[in-house]
Amino acid sequence: MSGQTFPADFSGHMLDLDEDDDLEVFSKNTSLADSSPMPNSPSSMVNQYRPEEEEEEEEQLQQQQGANDKDIFITVDNPESHVTAIETFIMYRVETKTTRGEYDSSEYEVLRRYQDFVWLRSKLEETHPTLIVHPLPEKFVMKGMVERFNNDFIETRRKALHRFLNKISEHPILSYSQHFKVFLTAQELLSHKKQGPGFLSRMGETVRAVANSVRGLRSRPEEFSLMQEYVEDFSNKIYSVDKVTQRIIKEQREYLDELKQYSPTYAQWAESEEELAEPLNGVASCVERCSKESDEQIHHMSEVLVPALHEYVLCTETLKAVMRRRDNIQAEFEAKNVALASRRADQESLQDEVDGLADRVELANNALRGDWSRWQNGMRSDLKSAFLSTAEKNVDYYEQCLAVWESFLLSQRVEPGEQRDGEDEPLPTHPIID
Amino acid sequence: FVLSPPPPKNLFLPMLCGVTAQMLEEGSTLLRRMEICVAEAEKRNGKNTVNMQETFTVYLVETRPMDAVAEGRNQAPDSLWRRYSEFELLRNYLLVTYPYIVVPPLPEKRAEFVWHKLSADNMDPDFVERRRVGLENFLLRVASHPVLSNDKILHHFLIEEHGWKEVVYETGFQAKADSRLRALSATFRVRNPDKRFMEMKHYSDELQSHTSQLLRARARVADRLYGVYKVHGNYGRVFSEWSAMEKEMGDGLQSAGHHMDAYAASIDDILEEEEHYADQLKEYLFYAEALRAVCRKHELTQFEFEMASQELVSKKQQHEELSTGIVRTFSFKGMTNKLFGQEAPEQREARLKLLEDLIAEGEEDVQEKTVECGEHVERAWVDMHRFKEQKDKDLREALINYAVMQISMCKKGIQMWSNAKECFLKM
Repeated sequence: MSGQTFPADFSGHMLDLDEDDDLEVFSKNTSLADSSPMPNSPSSMVNQYRPEEEEEEEEQLQQQQGANDKDIFITVDNPESHVTAIETFIMYRVETKTTRGEYDSSEYEVLRRYQDFVWLRSKLEETHPTLIVHPLPEKFVMKGMVERFNNDFIETRRKALHRFLNKISEHPILSYSQHFKVFLTAQELLSHKKQGPGFLSRMGETVRAVANSVRGLRSRPEEFSLMQEYVEDFSNKIYSVDKVTQRIIKEQREYLDELKQYSPTYAQWAESEEELAEPLNGVASCVERCSKESDEQIHHMSEVLVPALHEYVLCTETLKAVMRRRDNIQAEFEAKNVALASRRADQESLQDEVDGLADRVELANNALRGDWSRWQNGMRSDLKSAFLSTAEKNVDYYEQCLAVWESFLLSQRVEPGEQRDGEDEPLPTHPIID
Repeated sequence: FVLSPPPPKNLFLPMLCGVTAQMLEEGSTLLRRMEICVAEAEKRNGKNTVNMQETFTVYLVETRPMDAVAEGRNQAPDSLWRRYSEFELLRNYLLVTYPYIVVPPLPEKRAEFVWHKLSADNMDPDFVERRRVGLENFLLRVASHPVLSNDKILHHFLIEEHGWKEVVYETGFQAKADSRLRALSATFRVRNPDKRFMEMKHYSDELQSHTSQLLRARARVADRLYGVYKVHGNYGRVFSEWSAMEKEMGDGLQSAGHHMDAYAASIDDILEEEEHYADQLKEYLFYAEALRAVCRKHELTQFEFEMASQELVSKKQQHEELSTGIVRTFSFKGMTNKLFGQEAPEQREARLKLLEDLIAEGEEDVQEKTVECGEHVERAWVDMHRFKEQKDKDLREALINYAVMQISMCKKGIQMWSNAKECFLKM
């Protein structure tokens, strides 16, 4: 990965090439037809996608890269409210520290709003239609959110935006996107936003895509059909896990509410007792302390597991879109191919076009194939870590509560009334024989 | 701590009522002579008082002479069947016959403080089982009480199945029962009740209020905790389905799912055990009622004494007025005398004589009431003290028991989640 400056890019066909910075290496469409389908550069992206047998090696490499070779560090913080005449919005500070050669400086600090992130992501998707671009946090939260600028909402969003940028920075291709660099470095993003294809050309692209998909795919390669199936199934499963997790948190919150009503009943009773007051207050205090632990455990789950699952729920939409785009690229090629077969005249230029589209299909497929295994590993690693953390926290919760109740038992042991010489058994599940 | 496996159910019982070998030594005559238990419960069909078919539960009361047990003779116990209503009858008899004793309560008639999983149905087997335990506890408490254990009707209840009801009714205890109206009236009108009894009555109100609040709150907590555990079972299902479509993650997910199922299932036993704790608290909720009854009886005896004394004073006054002619208080007779002249000397003599008789009766009455009131105070004070000590000991042990249960639950939780963690590591 190091040493490579401009990775190959295959989506150029649909865009107005002159205005897209990413495509400095490749010129217009026609030249693509001339070159071989496989770029020869050894460090090109295509050659970096190794077959599945070497997946593990790839993963190791990626991990190593993460640990040793990370050359760009990004933080998103300091959300601040900005008020203008027409609107109020939040600006986030995006700080970048990097040793990469293509960056003029080693440190950057810019202010970005949510819209800017949306712009970046859509640019990345446009340029790399069959790469899996990490999702952004949602624009609005559906349930229970009254005010957009609630503190919890802002913090959750900030964390997700931070994760988004870091995920992009870890992606072997997207990380080198010119749009990404601009996003991190330009003080003023507006001028950059104005570049790129206009609204109309994007419309045209969509119409073309729809027209192609209506025609339908002749035959989707099996590996992508399997991928499609997996995406459907995964989508259901991750959504279910997310729902179950939300439900657990809800039940735990209600449990906590009842616990908070429960401990005072012991304390109140203690007020009318003499001998019993001490153990009653002891139990009240234990229940209270366990409530605190429960509160922490709920908090942890909300901070760690919920966002992780939620991100992958959002990912499924990304995956579906990627599959659709790949299908469209193939469909377009097939359509032109059919045209080629039926038209007698104009064979040569049509042939060129078809060849170009064929290349595009191959490159799109390769891109997806490679990114797919990368995405799967990332998903496994992210979710594994979130579940592990949750399990550890639960163990911790029970250990804390255990200690609380054991110390209560200990306090009752020492009471003068009890003659338990040397007996180490916890009290009464046995009949007491003196 | 080494936590032993949970004991079989009948071992729990001596714990439930705090009856120990120590108590057996001390003055519990009946329990020393005889082993008592309520072994089983069965459904029966029969006709009730209005000749309609009904289904009810009967409980097997088994007894065995203690010396047989001590000598290791494996003698078969004597046994008979009793309905809940017969237990109630026994208790009502004891309440009336020993109004200075805090009479042990019966388990609840209907399931209260029910939370979602618990059934409110009297026929539900779990309810019947817990009631069986409660009835046995009642008998053990009564049979270990220094006063109650000597009662003949109690012995009869334990030994003679048939004809017991008739014997109870023959005692005429129902006639001796204080009318509610009288008791209520006494509560309001008594002037000088013993301060200690008033404090005790106040305490019984507090005890009742606090235990019922606690029980209600606990039931709600149990309900919620049940929900938390059970929802984790959904993880089990989803992980299992998900694992089928994953290659590397599959095994870890699958086995984690199994542990989630186990976690969800574990709450059933945990909460069932907690019901025993709730039952221990409930016993004292109902004991509060019994304690209050003793205090109210004091109010009644004190009130009757006051009434009798007042009657006597009034009669004496009348006598004095009649004999001395000095009218100190307004009376209709006095007024008519003034208006229409005094009555004839013979009539006056007759009335004086009558008053003297009444005064003599009144003095006997006051004497009786003084004794009754005084005896009640004396005996009740002894039993209330005994009750207080029993209550402190039992409830403290119940709280300790509760802590032990919580510890057990935490240990299970640690185990489950540690296992799950191992599985996640394999993902």
